[in-house]
Amino acid sequence: MTISIPSAEARPQRSEAGLPAIAAAFARARAEGRPALMPYWSLGYPDVETSLCVIEAIARAGADLIELGVPFSDPLADGPVIQRANQIALERGITVSRCMQIAARARASGVSAPFLAMGYLNPVIAYGEARYVADWQAAGADGLIVPDLPPEESDALKRVCDERAMALVQFTAPTSTEARIAIAARYATGFIYIVSVAGVTGARDRLAEGLRDYVERVKAHATGKPVVVGFGISKPEHVREVGQFADGVIVASALLRHAGDAPDPARAAYEFVRSLRYWA
Amino acid sequence: MSTQTGFEVARPTLPDARGKFGSYGGRFVPETLMPVLDDVTEAYEELRDDPGFRAEYEHLLKTYVGRPSPLTHAQRLSAHLGGAQIYLKREDLLHTGAHKINNALGQALLAKRMGKRRIIAETGAGQHGVATATACALLGLECVIYMGVVDMARQAPNVFRMRLLGAEVRGVESGTKTLKDAVNEAIRDWVAHPHDTYYIIGSALGPHPYPLMCRDFQSVIGKEARAQILEQAGRLPDQVIACVGGGSNAIGIFYGFLNDASVQLIGVEAGGYGIETGKHAARFAYAENGSEPLSRPTDCNPDFPRGKVGVFQGMKTVVLQNADGQIAETHSVSAGLDYAGVGPEHVYLRDIGRAEYTSATDDEALDAFHALCKFEGIIPALESSHAVAEAIKRAPRLSRDHILLVNLSGRGDKDLNTVLQAAQAQSEA
Repeated sequence: MTISIPSAEARPQRSEAGLPAIAAAFARARAEGRPALMPYWSLGYPDVETSLCVIEAIARAGADLIELGVPFSDPLADGPVIQRANQIALERGITVSRCMQIAARARASGVSAPFLAMGYLNPVIAYGEARYVADWQAAGADGLIVPDLPPEESDALKRVCDERAMALVQFTAPTSTEARIAIAARYATGFIYIVSVAGVTGARDRLAEGLRDYVERVKAHATGKPVVVGFGISKPEHVREVGQFADGVIVASALLRHAGDAPDPARAAYEFVRSLRYWA
Repeated sequence: MSTQTGFEVARPTLPDARGKFGSYGGRFVPETLMPVLDDVTEAYEELRDDPGFRAEYEHLLKTYVGRPSPLTHAQRLSAHLGGAQIYLKREDLLHTGAHKINNALGQALLAKRMGKRRIIAETGAGQHGVATATACALLGLECVIYMGVVDMARQAPNVFRMRLLGAEVRGVESGTKTLKDAVNEAIRDWVAHPHDTYYIIGSALGPHPYPLMCRDFQSVIGKEARAQILEQAGRLPDQVIACVGGGSNAIGIFYGFLNDASVQLIGVEAGGYGIETGKHAARFAYAENGSEPLSRPTDCNPDFPRGKVGVFQGMKTVVLQNADGQIAETHSVSAGLDYAGVGPEHVYLRDIGRAEYTSATDDEALDAFHALCKFEGIIPALESSHAVAEAIKRAPRLSRDHILLVNLSGRGDKDLNTVLQAAQAQSEA
């Protein structure tokens, strides 16, 4: 199988962007009776051109949404696989602007799945919050994920995102109290990111115990906002199981580990994402 | 006035309920830790007023740590410089050899009261790791210390000390393999063990309530020093000088004098090879009142590290970073000052003009190290030598009745190898 990059002429126009595009992606998956699949890739890993090919391949493999990692020198919520990807990308000169360029090129080549730019707060501040949101939007992103920005501190960034109908995702964790789940649900736009286990990102063999009950607790506060489970999801059976009670799943470290060192990362990513789509 | 040893609860108005000193500090951590930090805050708020807790802590400070630490008039050094009188607050004489034990012991007691059995900590030079391992041995707590593998090689004796004290030392291979990466790894451990584990951060850094707790536990330094200088010199010092890595010894001694408007507070950062080389840990060197950095020719290089307000390891503060917001690699001859961020309360004190910050280079610190050895028979830590260097710069220009109070935050036994290597490098050059 070869991965060809669709030409610009073949590009289907995105009929929606921002929050409506994200909502539509979840609605489509729900209508098909399955979870939305959201793979993650670190931009600039293992290099700029390859990461662009991987994103195109992930889209072609049927990703409903794509989480684009913006590398940071000190990713304290991430496990070794994403840390390493970040570090390699940074050593090869990735910057926030170059990340945006990769996203824009993916859009130009016809990738229509919603993009969530996932990056830590300090580069956002250094870039300038308003400019960061505006430039990501111009590059084709539909929302932001900032893992070290708690809802209590997110007012300024949320205002800018709201003005542009860009999502600002919020997290819940297994340690979250009911009160904190309620805060996350109130602040979240786009979807609620449910961290499945207490720990950093990384593939795990088994799903956390009591995950279903925990997801149901979050859903009780979600007022219809999609709930998406991430951290530790690595296999088709995980996707199937989580899909029974959540609106979506995020697969990150497992994909990076599988495809990052492969001879042809784009092809490996394509096959891995295909394999997660148990319904196909 | 008698010298008191105690745990200062100054009840200043800051930090506010969100842990902010002005706009700095706060909490910027993954959601998993937010409820955990709420628990720590609640436990600490309750215990800081608890007479039983305070009595236990103060008893250990007196009978185990060796407080109060003395105040020494550095007479020969002062006479040699021919100006101001230099006094040294002798935190180097405490058990484990540095002020770090004040905070480590206080927090370990808190952890034990909270029912946590497992303690984690990061360490750079190893002083905070040794202090934490010591407190854990004393209180019967399990102890895991994260340390960058580069630092483990530089500070091998402290690794051995921690292991002797029963701690497990885990080498950190990520990032720059130094202090900031050890902090990241400790936070990652904590995220994975939020229920049974307590993280003792080694300086006035990190998410709320850590800067507050560390300040409270370290403020014993300033409280003692103020009473001692009044007793020995009959008046307050004109300047109080302390080195600033994260800033715990500085905030500790500053707090004793915060309300004495006549006392100037001076923090000394690590100037490394010189600010202009970009290889230093002087966060304040390029930052002007929290806003835009000063424009210098070297700014043209986007990778040139500049101190700018940002978010790093759980707090909003001034951080050395490149133009793209990536945290800079720092350099200092003293591992304890070799860190990209600074305690948020220092940024606040700088902004309101209550404290000022300067830097001393590696060479200036080494010269001060030798001067204190030769004139006073005291081998200071290289961290503390930065504060001594600032006193040496100032003293000759000041009158003989002027008083400089220097926080001698630690002893230099751990640094003998570094100093020896520097001397060899110089003789070969």
